[in-house]
Amino acid sequence: MATRSPQPGATSGPPTAWRRLPVHATRVVLALFFAFPVVFMLVSSFKPDQQIFGDLAGPRAFLPVGDLSLTNYTAVFDRVPALRFLLNSLAVSAITVVLGIVVNSLAAFALSRMRWRGRKFLLTVIIATLIVPFETFALPLVWWVNELPWLEVNGFGLTLTEGWLDTYRVQILPFVAWGFSIFLFHQYFQSIPKELDEAALIDGAGWFGIYRRIVMPLSGPAIATVAILTFLPAWNSYLWPLMVVQQEELRPVMVGIQYFFQLNPSWGEIMAYSSMITVPVLALFLAFQRSFINSIASSGVKG
Amino acid sequence: MNAKTRRLVTASLVAVTTTAVLAGCGGADGGSGSEGGVLKLWTHNAGNAAEYDVVEKVVNDFNASQTTYKVEIEAFPQGSYNDAVVASSSSKKLPCILDVDGPNVPNWAWGGYLAPLELSGGEVPLDDQLPSTVGKYQDKVYAFGFYDVALTMFARKSVLDENGIRIPTPEQPWTRAEFASALADLKASGKFEYPLEMGTGGSGEWWPYAYSPQLQSFGGDLVDRDDYKTAEGALNGPEALDWAKWFRSLVTDGYMAQKSGASPNDDFLNGKSAIEWDGSWSAAKNVEKLGDDLLILPPVDFGKGPKIGGASWQWAMSSNCAKPEGARAFLEFTRKTKYFTEFAKAVGTIPATDAAAAQIPGYEPGGRYEPLVRAARDFAVVRPVTPAYPFISSVFEKTAKDIVAGADPDSALGEAVKQIDANLKMNNFYAD
Amino acid sequence: MTAAVPLRVRLRRAHSITQADARRREGIAAVAMAAPAVLLLLVFVVIPIGLAFVLAFTSARLVSPTPARFVGLRNFAMLAEDPVFLRSVLNTFVFAALVVPVQAGVALGLALLINARFRGTNFFRTVYFIPVVTSMVVVSIVWTLLYQKDGLLNRIIEAVTFGQVEGPDWLNDPSTSLAAIVFMSVWQGAGFHMIIWLAGLQTIPADLYEAASIDGVSRWTRFRYVTWPGLRATRTFVLITITIAAFSLFTQVNVMTQGGPLDSTTTLVYQAVRSGYQQQQTAYASAISLVFFVLVLIVSLAQRYLTREKD
Repeated sequence: MATRSPQPGATSGPPTAWRRLPVHATRVVLALFFAFPVVFMLVSSFKPDQQIFGDLAGPRAFLPVGDLSLTNYTAVFDRVPALRFLLNSLAVSAITVVLGIVVNSLAAFALSRMRWRGRKFLLTVIIATLIVPFETFALPLVWWVNELPWLEVNGFGLTLTEGWLDTYRVQILPFVAWGFSIFLFHQYFQSIPKELDEAALIDGAGWFGIYRRIVMPLSGPAIATVAILTFLPAWNSYLWPLMVVQQEELRPVMVGIQYFFQLNPSWGEIMAYSSMITVPVLALFLAFQRSFINSIASSGVKG
Repeated sequence: MNAKTRRLVTASLVAVTTTAVLAGCGGADGGSGSEGGVLKLWTHNAGNAAEYDVVEKVVNDFNASQTTYKVEIEAFPQGSYNDAVVASSSSKKLPCILDVDGPNVPNWAWGGYLAPLELSGGEVPLDDQLPSTVGKYQDKVYAFGFYDVALTMFARKSVLDENGIRIPTPEQPWTRAEFASALADLKASGKFEYPLEMGTGGSGEWWPYAYSPQLQSFGGDLVDRDDYKTAEGALNGPEALDWAKWFRSLVTDGYMAQKSGASPNDDFLNGKSAIEWDGSWSAAKNVEKLGDDLLILPPVDFGKGPKIGGASWQWAMSSNCAKPEGARAFLEFTRKTKYFTEFAKAVGTIPATDAAAAQIPGYEPGGRYEPLVRAARDFAVVRPVTPAYPFISSVFEKTAKDIVAGADPDSALGEAVKQIDANLKMNNFYAD
Repeated sequence: MTAAVPLRVRLRRAHSITQADARRREGIAAVAMAAPAVLLLLVFVVIPIGLAFVLAFTSARLVSPTPARFVGLRNFAMLAEDPVFLRSVLNTFVFAALVVPVQAGVALGLALLINARFRGTNFFRTVYFIPVVTSMVVVSIVWTLLYQKDGLLNRIIEAVTFGQVEGPDWLNDPSTSLAAIVFMSVWQGAGFHMIIWLAGLQTIPADLYEAASIDGVSRWTRFRYVTWPGLRATRTFVLITITIAAFSLFTQVNVMTQGGPLDSTTTLVYQAVRSGYQQQQTAYASAISLVFFVLVLIVSLAQRYLTREKD
């Protein structure tokens, strides 16, 4: 990366501190601009309601000043089984991500590296599915998933049960296959030289072997990209679990936000809960940020 | 090995999904979680511990009182409760017992969600209840509530006295002219950017709940209640037009914010507004903060008497309940004065019976909160009793918001009438 | 084309395998590998979408005692006369027309700004990315507070202009509400496309820049003749992804304005959800969805056609 990404400004003249100052100042101002609502959320989560609104008009809104306490956080735990919701979301998102990577990369592999009838048409249809927003077909989907059967492990045998409502799988399986992931993998796989496949075929490898031993190991960046892009909507899903999950024990984090909108919402608690469900994602992102961004960056959309 | 695994995995995936697709075409029967003696109960109280705790206590008492049935609670957050119920109903997964917001009772009864209640037992007769707490549709009772809530105007006595404004009583509420001059005086005092806090930042059912009673006090209504076949005349007649112009003038005169802040009650307590149109649920907090200075005032009489909206959450039985006698036994069990009392005490709502009200400090005759009881009894109008209500409610919300934002009242109300009438007609006036 | 060569090679070396046989195997393997995704998409996306579209021609309601029946084009005839629907179409296009170039531009600016090695690169990238990982519901709640008449944004405007300019009531003024939502949406989404642009920038070979710097051309010229052409593929991708996201604008509107004031922020998806859920008019909502699908399909095809022509 280092050799391929020169700073466009640095090579055109002597890089003096004077020249760099405005650029750096811009970066800092923009950083403030992008961070401030989140800072506001974090800071407010430690303040009582009346102070949040009192501070709203000035810079105090962003400063941890005044009557700070963990009251909002303890109140959150009294109101919502927050830990349970966090674990649910974590499990649902993680499984969706893992299955999504496998299923979508397999399809993309077939679509981008193998020759068979109908693949172009199929790719077009898959991309077209991205156009329809989920909200608009959620209702038919509720009815439909409830008609679907499922094989249940029952002691030593399998029983065919009916209805998917109120399960983890109904929160996971509809979101595993995703046109966007297939599209991303497809783009990336096309950039891997096809000669590798040919050589492997000569050596007697099967197509699945090529996928598993050659293409996937070279696709770390695409995998990371798909992982993030699948994780975010899974973590943030709201409308769907609301409609299909009845038991509290199975609910994800975003549904929990509704617990706070009572007749007189407590904004401090809302900020505390919002922080609690945002910070894990941010922490995850920070921990992996270098590889996340670098991998998205190098997954390249080379078309 | 790899090829084997691959084949196995793909084959099983194919098999599972194909059976899923094929078998999916078969119909599903309404199993409603009725194995053994378990009765499911759904409530809208997730995140609202005060009320949830009472529900839990009632359920525990019932479970301990007999051995045939066991009621199990599932709580949903209020904001998503209706969507959850409707989604579950479309897949025949409704619980035996569920709570329902009063104005939705006709819609859910018409849609076949609810079974008529034929209650014979119970300590408290239905006739003892505030009329607004019994959910009826086509002469059948479908639901009953333990409490009602009431809208009221909160104000500070000191502020009204300072500005020489008469303190209204239920016998002699403010008239329209009096209210107008009170607002003008408060505005002129220069202490309030907006003297009136109407809660215009809210959304959803709050709009018809809070503002359609004012429309009714002017002499208009959401729909013609004679036969529920048109909104013509009710929602676009001269009275309705008068209301719309008045409502907008509150904004143009600078008396009220076009959209309130995020926490209207905090704004009132912080002294940003002088009069707050808010619910009984804020009464206890306001008394606590303002003490004797707090006034709980009756709504303004705009011509046809003071009005507030009636009906809050009520309990009902679903029509696909496999053990209706169990659900009935539970509902009858709950009809004890002590539960009416406990709900009202815990939540700060108005108990549905006089017997319960007498037992709650502040709600007895002459008590601190008596104005709320009187409002619920004397001024409450239930929202239109028609399955079309959710539609009417949504249209009214949008129309009122548009009017407040400056839409031409005549054409806004005209469009609303057109939409409501089209909906009524398209659904054959909800006769089926 | 490319596979023909190794197949010949293979044929020479392994006589037992015929070309047709290999083709057949390739086809079977491909279908097997695509099958899980295809079946899942079929069951959870294509069929439900199909169901939704079929409903558009019926009288289906969310709550109803009677089954739905076919009503032909009735719902579409109603759409044509619904002023709010027409306004939604307009708003949706205006929103997309604003968000697509602005967000793409801002994101490109950000990418250029941090496409360098300096202390804190990672820090800035992360900070610019924060809004992307924050849930849209949370972000919308926070911005609603910031946009209030006496909210922070107006205080900043007041301070910067020394009290000369009084900020509007952003979300309650029909002339600013959509712009406010555009602004906030760009803020939320720019970080993601910044990363995509960065990806594109890093595929431009360094020697092209070196050649340009030897020639001593200006920054703008270098951008115009080296960077911009080098980003062609990225451009198409950014364009398509922002367009699809912009057309489905919903969450911000639902949380912040509910389509108001005076329909200034209502969108197609918002109307579909409002009709379908609140108003229980499932069939009407499905008709909106179907029209939406057709419109976006047309726009996407047009985009593809236009971008392809330039290639």
